[in-house]
Amino acid sequence: MTGVRELSEPTRNPEAPDGTAIEVHDLRMRYGSVDVLNGVEFTAYRGEVLALLGPNGAGKTTTIEILEGFRMRSAGDVSVLGVDPAHGKESWRARLGIVLQSWRDHGKWRVAELLGHLGRYYAAYSTPERRRPHDVDELISRVGLEEHASKKVSMLSGGQRRRLDVAIGIVGRPEVLFLDEPTAGFDPHARREFHDLVHRLSDLEDTTILLTTHDLDEAEKLADRILILAGGRILANGSADALAKQVSGQAEVRWSRHGELFVHSTEDATGFVRELFAQYGEEIADLEVRRASLEDTYMTLVHEFESGRSEAAAQTFEGVTR
Amino acid sequence: MNPQWLAVRAGGARGGVEFRQSLTNAQDLWNQLFFPIVAVVVMFFLRGSTVPGTNFSIGSMAIPSMLGMTVAFNGLLGVATMLTVEREDGTLLRAKAIPNGMLGYLVSKVVTVSGQTVFGLVIILIPGLLLFHGLAVTAGSLVILVGVSVLGLIATLPIGAIIGSMLSSPRNLGLAMLPIMGLVAISGIFYPITAMPDWLQAVAQVFPIYWLALGMRSALLPENMVAVEIGESWRHLEMIGVLGVWAVIGYFVAPIVLRRMARRESGSSVAARREKAMQRIT
Repeated sequence: MTGVRELSEPTRNPEAPDGTAIEVHDLRMRYGSVDVLNGVEFTAYRGEVLALLGPNGAGKTTTIEILEGFRMRSAGDVSVLGVDPAHGKESWRARLGIVLQSWRDHGKWRVAELLGHLGRYYAAYSTPERRRPHDVDELISRVGLEEHASKKVSMLSGGQRRRLDVAIGIVGRPEVLFLDEPTAGFDPHARREFHDLVHRLSDLEDTTILLTTHDLDEAEKLADRILILAGGRILANGSADALAKQVSGQAEVRWSRHGELFVHSTEDATGFVRELFAQYGEEIADLEVRRASLEDTYMTLVHEFESGRSEAAAQTFEGVTR
Repeated sequence: MNPQWLAVRAGGARGGVEFRQSLTNAQDLWNQLFFPIVAVVVMFFLRGSTVPGTNFSIGSMAIPSMLGMTVAFNGLLGVATMLTVEREDGTLLRAKAIPNGMLGYLVSKVVTVSGQTVFGLVIILIPGLLLFHGLAVTAGSLVILVGVSVLGLIATLPIGAIIGSMLSSPRNLGLAMLPIMGLVAISGIFYPITAMPDWLQAVAQVFPIYWLALGMRSALLPENMVAVEIGESWRHLEMIGVLGVWAVIGYFVAPIVLRRMARRESGSSVAARREKAMQRIT
């Protein structure tokens, strides 16, 4: 087993064997002679939010499409809700939600009409624990489209359409939800509302969420766990904090004394600050400790990978975690 | 309730909604009305000319033929257009992402196209009966008209679905349009087929358009007009035979082609097409 896996710090039900929603083992994908996925490994636990990060062409979309059952893999074991997506029946599909990036489909439909229609297909898969589909009015207010419920889809703004995409994705009250770059084109306000929606989904509905994004800030805010995919492999797997600590153990300490500014990089920020106070006490002002941000972590990892040291990067990482 | 049955009913409702949308939308309505109106107007000016060897108006003869052509157009091009457009814009992918969504989607297409076919028939039939003389409408002719329409849709819908699955984008629809227009020209829609060279007659008789037009003529023209048809017969059995063969071929091939097409659909394939389409626009 790789050390990357051990880094994972599932926040919920880590021990429960049936708490697994998505399991990916040695996933490989090859187009012609190009290996897009090169042994991807990860596990998502029920109710967990996972963000898949990576540079363009790293295989994020391919991975998510394999899990959705829209793409056949070349090799490896994949299971979503205990089922191999390559052989998923309609009853399996009813438990998934997929947020697609819409363009101009269903332009003539009205928002409430479309959600009501798409929900009908899920009614046969309703269970006492999980009533399907969602009530349309409740769903519309949940994504903040109340004022637009009777509007034609083609009249919605870009952000409103994306919220409708999310509503369509969750109309069947999914147990696992896939979002491929959900907030591309959102303004900051819409983004904040979307984040609240995702938090509510994972907290209240116990929905497992796998999303891809380019936005590191978003990944940090939304995800319980972050997977960094590059060159067809998971380079890192852990919470934003854990990743930052593992990749760059250094923290930056800034302070001022007698109006003069100081900066110091250290691995043991707490210890350093303790000594600082022991030595100078009251003289210390403007104290600030900055850990490496997720962005620093990501840049370090991807840079190492892209400068042709992917193996080395992965190795170092394993070394650190063990 | 059985999930498949539920999806069939949802698809039926969807077809109803889409048919209603196509009637309450200027663009769609114009697309549907343009060709029948032009054809009826042209035929109206040709009503004075007669079919050679008879004193029957060419315009009147063309009305039932155009009904047959309408059925074929809707079955072949209507479905093909929807499939290519909705594959490009992601409607199909949405159907694929929901349980039994593809089943519901296909049912909805059958309902929408059937509705549009009926609409197209009425658009031609009403002025046809009011402005053209010599059409013989009886209870029997209505039964034949309905029967030919239903059989025609059964024969052409799957072929339309196959065409739509194989075209890579709506901008390639012309590839399908051209040969179909060619078939219209040789299928005796606007002029008796017996005026065509024998080999062209043979070609036309392989395809559904000729037989649909013939069936409609048998429904609405007076009995003596059979004299200008091939073999001086309405050939109902042959019509059922040829359309039946097309239907059987369609029902074997269409599911295979549709499934193969649907399997390839994914978020990235829709995104790639969107990119390609946007490049063309800008």
